[in-house]
Amino acid sequence: MDNKELVTPQCIVEGDETYDLVFEKSHVMTDTRLHYCPGCGHSVAHQVLAEVIQEMGIQDSVIGVAPVGCSVFAYDYLHIDWQEAAHGRATAVATGIKRCLPDKYVFTYQGDGDLAAIGTGETIHCVNRGENIMILFINNGVYGMTSGQMAPTSLEGMKTTTSPYGRDVHMMGYPIKVSELIAPLPGAFYVTRQTVHTPNAVRKTKKAIENGFKYQKLGKGVSFIEIVSNCPSNWKMTPIQSNQFIENEMLKYYPVGDIKVPSKEDLKELK
Amino acid sequence: MEQNEDIRLMKGNEAMAEAAIQAGMDAYFGYPITPQSEVLEYLTREMPNRNFLALQAESEVASINMVYGAAGAGARVMTSSSSPGWSLMQEGVSYIASAQLPCLLVNVNRGGPGLGTIQPSQGDYFQATKGGGHGDYRLLVLAPNSVQEMADFVFLGFELADKYRNPVLMLSDGAIGQMMEKVVFHKREINKIPKPWATTGKTPDRERSIITSLFIQPEKMEKVNLELLKKYDEIEKNEVRYEEIMTDDADYLLVAYGLSARISHKVVLLARERGLKVGLLRPITLWPFPAGVLNKLADKVKGMLVVELNAGQMIEDVKLAVNGKVKVEHYGRMGGIIPSPEDVEENFEKFIKTL
Ligand SMILES: Cc1ncc(C[n+]2csc(CCOP(=O)(O)OP(=O)(O)O)c2C)c(N)n1
Ligand code: SF4
Ligand SMILES: [Mg+2]
Repeated sequence: MDNKELVTPQCIVEGDETYDLVFEKSHVMTDTRLHYCPGCGHSVAHQVLAEVIQEMGIQDSVIGVAPVGCSVFAYDYLHIDWQEAAHGRATAVATGIKRCLPDKYVFTYQGDGDLAAIGTGETIHCVNRGENIMILFINNGVYGMTSGQMAPTSLEGMKTTTSPYGRDVHMMGYPIKVSELIAPLPGAFYVTRQTVHTPNAVRKTKKAIENGFKYQKLGKGVSFIEIVSNCPSNWKMTPIQSNQFIENEMLKYYPVGDIKVPSKEDLKELK
Repeated sequence: MEQNEDIRLMKGNEAMAEAAIQAGMDAYFGYPITPQSEVLEYLTREMPNRNFLALQAESEVASINMVYGAAGAGARVMTSSSSPGWSLMQEGVSYIASAQLPCLLVNVNRGGPGLGTIQPSQGDYFQATKGGGHGDYRLLVLAPNSVQEMADFVFLGFELADKYRNPVLMLSDGAIGQMMEKVVFHKREINKIPKPWATTGKTPDRERSIITSLFIQPEKMEKVNLELLKKYDEIEKNEVRYEEIMTDDADYLLVAYGLSARISHKVVLLARERGLKVGLLRPITLWPFPAGVLNKLADKVKGMLVVELNAGQMIEDVKLAVNGKVKVEHYGRMGGIIPSPEDVEENFEKFIKTL
C-alpha cells in the first residue's frame, strides 16, 4: 500500500456505517473463520504465509502439507492446493510431492510434537537429502491440539499436563533445539529462528518465509524456518501474558536470528 | 519370437521392477528388506537411462508417506516391502485408502510373527485382506503365483488403482520373489487417466485440490465411509479373479493361492494319478474374494482342503463362502517351510478319509 492510498482511503459502506479501508485480508486466505484460540500464533503465521504467497504471485504453484496438530485444518484457511499428512510425516509427504513436481513450491507447516517428536526421523532425513522445500516449524513448547502435554521443546521446569510438577530434564530429557540440530547438515540451505509476538517480529518472519519460497528456485536444499510461538490456552495465560512469556522465557532458550544463511554466490545466482 | 515380445530369465522381484518401469511408473520409494531388496536395487540401476525416480527412504514409514505425497500429486507411484516393513506402513496405508489415492503396494511375504524368518510365508493374509491399518477400508489384493504374474500384476495393479482411486496390494512371497523363471514382456499401450483431483498447484481454471483423510464431523465421516463402501461393492462386482484347474469333474477341491497354489497344482496331478478326482480353485484376487464360485463348487464336491503357508487364515474366507455346505479343512506349514507336493498329497488323502 503506498502513501497515496493511505491519504485517500477507499470507502466501504455496510448498512448505515461507512468505513475507511486501510488494510485488506490477503485473498489467499479463505473466508473460513479460523478455529484458533484468541491470540494464538498459528493465526498470525497463517496470515503472514498467505501474504507472502499473494505478494509473490505464486498461489497457483504452491502445494502445502498440513500436519497433525492444531494446524491440522490449515488447508481450510489458505486458498492453495494442500495435502494433509499423518502425524509427523509431513516432510516425507512433501518429498513425494516435490520429487514428482520439482517446479512447484512445496512447504510443510508443522508443530513441535509433529516435527520434533514423532516426525524427528523424517525431519532429519528430509533435511539431509536436501529436499528443495520449505519447512515451517511452529514451536510453541507444548502439544496444543491434544490439550497441553509436554512437547520435546517444552522448557525446563515448564508445567504441562504430563509434566505437572514442571519438566524435570533428568527424567524427561532436555528441550530440543531443532534448528541448531539440523543446521550443520549439508542439505540445510537456510535455517532461521523467528517469532510472531510483536509487529516487528512478524515483519521479519514474513521476510524469512519469502526467502524460504525464493530459495527453492536455487535447488540447494531445505529452508527451515522455526517460528517461536505461543499457546495461550494450554500455557494458561492471556494472549498478552503468553507473548511476554515468549519474550522473557522462550527466546532465552531459543534465541531469534539466522542460524545458516546462503552465501553471496548463492544469492548472486538467485538474481 | 514375435517382435513385440521380450523374453527374459528373471527373479520375481526383478520382473516386478522391470514391469513397473514399462508400466510408466513415475516414482518408487522403498527401504531395503529381504526377500525383496532386489526391487530397489534393480530400479536404482536402471534409473539413469530411463525416465522415473527411485528413492531410498529412511524407513518404511517414510516410504509409504512419500507414496502418499506422490500419489496425491498425481504420479503413478509404487512401494514394496516384506512383512515387518509392511507392518510399519499400515498407518500410511489407512491414510491412503481414506484419501483414495491410487498406488501399487507390494508385500513379498516372509515368515513371522516378529522379525521371523526371511523364508517364504503366507502369514500376512489376514493383514492384507482384513485391514492391517485402522478403520474401515479395503485394498484390492492380487496374489501372483509365478514370476510372469509378478510382472503382469504390476500393469494390472496400476490400472485398477487408477480406475478405482484405491491402493492395490500385490501379496507375493519370498519364493516367488526370489525364484528365476522365464518372463515375457509384451509391448503394451500404457493408459494414464487424467487426475484432476491431484495437488499440482491450484491453476486458475480449477477449484483447488485437497488431499485429506480427516473428516471430523461424524456425518461427513459416515458419508465418506458410505462412499467407500459403494466403491468396494463395485470392486466386488467387477474384479473377482480366480483360476479353476480340473474342477469340472472334481469330487474334492483344493483351495490355494500364490506359491501354495503351485504346489497344490502338482498335488492335483499326483492324486489324479492315484485315481482321485481332485480340482484346484486358485483365488487370484484375495480381496475381492472369489466366494461365489466356491459356494457353487461346494454343491459339487465332497470336501475342500485349504492349503496355505500359515496357521490357517484364508480358510476363514473359504468357510464363509461355503457356508457349511461341505467340510473344509486346512493344511499348512509355517516358519518358511515349503511342503512338498507328496507331503500335501498325503495329508489330502488323510483328509478325504474323514469325509
Ligand atoms: C500417530 C498419532 N499419534 C498421536 C496423535 C495425537 N496427536 C494429535 S496432535 C498431537 C500433538 C500436536 O502437537 P504439536 O505438533 O506441537 O502441534 P500444536 O497443536 O502444538 O500446534 C498428538 C500427539 C495422532 N493424531 N496420531
Ligand atoms: S490450543 Fe494452543 S496452539 Fe492450539 S489453537 Fe489454542 S492457543 Fe493455538
Ligand atoms: Mg506444539
